[in-house]
Amino acid sequence: MTARTSAQAAPRQLTDGPVVDAAHVDVTYTVRGADRLTVKDVSFQIGPQESFGLVGESGCGKSTMALAIVRYLARNGRVSKGSITVAGQDVQALGTHALRELRARTISMVYQEPGRALNPSIRVGRQVAEVFEIAGLSKSEAAGRAEESLRTVQINDPGRVLQAYPHQLSGGMLQRVIIAMALARQPALLILDEPTTALDATVEAEILELVSALRQEFHTAVLFISHNLAVIAKMCDRVGVMYAGELVEQGLALQVFEEPRHPYTVGLLRCIPRRGQRKDHGRLDTIPGFLPAPGTVPVGCIFTQRCAIAQERCEREAPPMYPVGGDRISRCHYHERAPELPRATPEDVRLPAPDEASAPVISLRGVSKTFTAGKEPVHALTGIDLDLHAGETLGLVGESGSGKTTLARVLLGLSAADDGSALEMSGTKLAPLAPKRSRDQLRAMQIIFQNPDSALNRRHSVRAIISRPLTKLAGLSGKQREASLEELVASVRMQQRQLGLRPAQLSGGLKQRVAIARAFAGDPRVLVCDEPTSALDVSVQAAILNLLAELQGSKRVTYLFISHDLGVVRYLSDRIAVLYLGRLQEYGEAEAVFTGPHHPYTEALLSAVPSLDGTRERIALTGEIPSPAHPPSGCVFHTRCPRRLASGVCESTEPPLAEVEPGHFMRCHIPPDELRQLQNVEGQ
Amino acid sequence: MSGQEPADGIPTPSAIKTPLEDSPALLDPAAVGFVPQITGGAAGALDSSAGTIRRENLRLLLRSPAFLMGAAILLWWIVCALFGKTIAPYNPVAGSLTAFNDPPSAAHLFGTDSLGRDVLSRTIVGARGILLVAFLATVLGTVLGTSLGLVQGYFLGPVDSFVGRIIEAVLALPVVIVAFLFVVALSPSAPVLIVVIGLVFGLLISRTVRTAVLQERGLDYIAAARLRDEGDAHIMFVEILPNVMGPILVEFTVRLGYAIFTIASLSFLGFGIQPPTPDWGADISGAAQYLGAGYWWETLFPALAIASLVVAINLIADSIEAVVIQ
Repeated sequence: MTARTSAQAAPRQLTDGPVVDAAHVDVTYTVRGADRLTVKDVSFQIGPQESFGLVGESGCGKSTMALAIVRYLARNGRVSKGSITVAGQDVQALGTHALRELRARTISMVYQEPGRALNPSIRVGRQVAEVFEIAGLSKSEAAGRAEESLRTVQINDPGRVLQAYPHQLSGGMLQRVIIAMALARQPALLILDEPTTALDATVEAEILELVSALRQEFHTAVLFISHNLAVIAKMCDRVGVMYAGELVEQGLALQVFEEPRHPYTVGLLRCIPRRGQRKDHGRLDTIPGFLPAPGTVPVGCIFTQRCAIAQERCEREAPPMYPVGGDRISRCHYHERAPELPRATPEDVRLPAPDEASAPVISLRGVSKTFTAGKEPVHALTGIDLDLHAGETLGLVGESGSGKTTLARVLLGLSAADDGSALEMSGTKLAPLAPKRSRDQLRAMQIIFQNPDSALNRRHSVRAIISRPLTKLAGLSGKQREASLEELVASVRMQQRQLGLRPAQLSGGLKQRVAIARAFAGDPRVLVCDEPTSALDVSVQAAILNLLAELQGSKRVTYLFISHDLGVVRYLSDRIAVLYLGRLQEYGEAEAVFTGPHHPYTEALLSAVPSLDGTRERIALTGEIPSPAHPPSGCVFHTRCPRRLASGVCESTEPPLAEVEPGHFMRCHIPPDELRQLQNVEGQ
Repeated sequence: MSGQEPADGIPTPSAIKTPLEDSPALLDPAAVGFVPQITGGAAGALDSSAGTIRRENLRLLLRSPAFLMGAAILLWWIVCALFGKTIAPYNPVAGSLTAFNDPPSAAHLFGTDSLGRDVLSRTIVGARGILLVAFLATVLGTVLGTSLGLVQGYFLGPVDSFVGRIIEAVLALPVVIVAFLFVVALSPSAPVLIVVIGLVFGLLISRTVRTAVLQERGLDYIAAARLRDEGDAHIMFVEILPNVMGPILVEFTVRLGYAIFTIASLSFLGFGIQPPTPDWGADISGAAQYLGAGYWWETLFPALAIASLVVAINLIADSIEAVVIQ
């Protein structure tokens, strides 16, 4: 560890009581004159040096709770009942000055978007030093401390980072800077609100490790907010599960995730593809029904409508917080029965096997894409060879900037591949750009975008959005089109009466269903799914993945499935392709890629994913993904590769994409047997 | 998506939805494994559709005092424009030989001018010309500017650069001077005023529209349209145009205010609406010379008329902008 000044090294005076004590807190927002209860009767304590996690889907009130703790609710919000005490002080009762002191010294907060937390027009160094200046240090002292603080968050060249403007740094680097700023005053409580949601898995793993290490070092209590159960499991001692503004279950993180005692927690855990679950093993379970409208004050239990074990009593009587052993609490009358919650979806599913014997539907040979930034060529894709077979799912993985989306756009003809690239569909050459392709070719290949808000025209009704491709691509009109529309809408499990709505009136999951219906309108043979579930909540994601798997079974469509979530990719994919810096690094059967031997990059990606099924040892990647404008010599991965060979061959020669097992290709100088040995394949 | 609530005085996402979105039926059946079961009671809320958003916006507007005040003043002038001759107590063009330069009195509330004409009547009737010309000019400008902005923003490249440079050249001079030069060259008349002001404003409006189009064209729904072989015209007018109507509406109201201002300026200079038609700008110009003699009413009332109309339209424009941005 780096040397620190005495002030920083001295452990803070610890009070005996909890750092945070929230007791029966209600938060109410006033919207157009009407009160809306957003957080209901939430109680929890965070002890000194403890890390407490709040987990739940969007709109469940976890961030509201965090804002209430720092008394930073929106102007129309207030704590309407209960009390919040931080380090012995009642937050609600603090005067302006005391509140400032509390925010300045006792609590620090780190938000989701590191890029938005810093002032874009001021150098990072100035912004970090300012924190120390507020603490009363002189300018020169503060500058020194700023540099030191960046070292504590494991930034190797603080000089460069301090001189940079925020936009010149990567998201991971910015988040480190923000964490450094948050810890500068040695707060008693650090609130992290989805700190890694906007980051890549590899970077996320680094940040999480950093936070764990710093927590030990600074003796700080942590309130960690995330929608990601695995992240919470990894980071927190205790956890609270929130649903529709209520804390439904609370207890030690390991226990809660191992043996959940509330039906909502049980349902949530079942929505996540785990333990190598795949689409042909069975469908994911989902949570039926809808989130209650915000501000609903139910008579009975808030989860009744969606609960499969609900009894008549649940509708009448709001459950109190039942202690269920240790300091665990469950807000369920029938908490002992929660683990036996019946499935909401039938488990069995029959999927036709992909037809790999036939000629590929899509065949890419030597596909490259070069952008020009300024005058420099940027090689976004280099020499991609890929085949897509009828009815299969090819998962495409890699960090952001690896070229996944570029490959999708090139395939669809939204941007033109470089000269010399060969794209074929069923043996017919595809023109580089969509307008030059025949209508049949366009019809055969469609896309589901990541963000339905961007993908759906806000001013068109659902009916218009789905009918237009029926007219344009399927060439239907009148009654026929009406019939197809009905069929499509039913196939994505939407209702006729939702056709008149605009996208803004639909929830995220419904919007994505509209986008799926649109993509299927022309009866495509190949569908590119570009992170179709990454903007959705876990339970919604499960339903969408089920839907995609089902539609693939019934329509024999081929998916090119892009995702950063390896669990999701593994669930849906028959084969996997791993991209790094626009080059294919590994390519093979999904199971082969996941069980190994892995390419060292794949290995690092896999190890970075936080898992609910116990922790793996993480293979740390050093440094950031290099700029595609200046790719490293030899093997492009050598700058970050933990298994780089000493002989120097990695730096000088690019390894070929060699077949290491039948159908399993890899671009690595290390022989597969040696890799297998190194990775000590256990077959996860 | 995570429940990231903004902290800066904005209600939480769950709190800013319209009441409609909150009905459980519209929340996610995606969470359901199979066919969603809509709970009873919520079904009624589903009848409302796209129209609701518009109605909601209108409701917000009608609750804004600024909008109501602006609308009331504008409505008054529209009534004057339509029925001015009937409302006016005197014939606005016939002077009285006995009562010239009379100060405001019970007989002549706004006094009389140097030709003995009733200032109140001239002010009331004067609304017609300026409103009509300003409205038509702004409509022309909006249509032109929208088309130009769509083409520029959608095609970009050389088309955009070429049109952009021309616009910059024309707008290098103050708008009033450009309009003035054209009107002088073409001899002033209402149609010429409409066309000239419409053209100049069209160029201004096109810049706003272009910016709005630029934001839209990067969105994925445009890519989706390309992937189903839509033509450029369809993408521009069916896909993009409805999404940029907000800024266009705001621009229209703002420009209407400026058009009134411009026409009044041109009339003051003698190149606007031609006498003997009563016109505020021309009346001010004619009466200005008597200001020194203390006949303030001849200038004040037409000036107040112009000011009130411009303020009214700006109040409306501001309120519309507030709603559109929301």
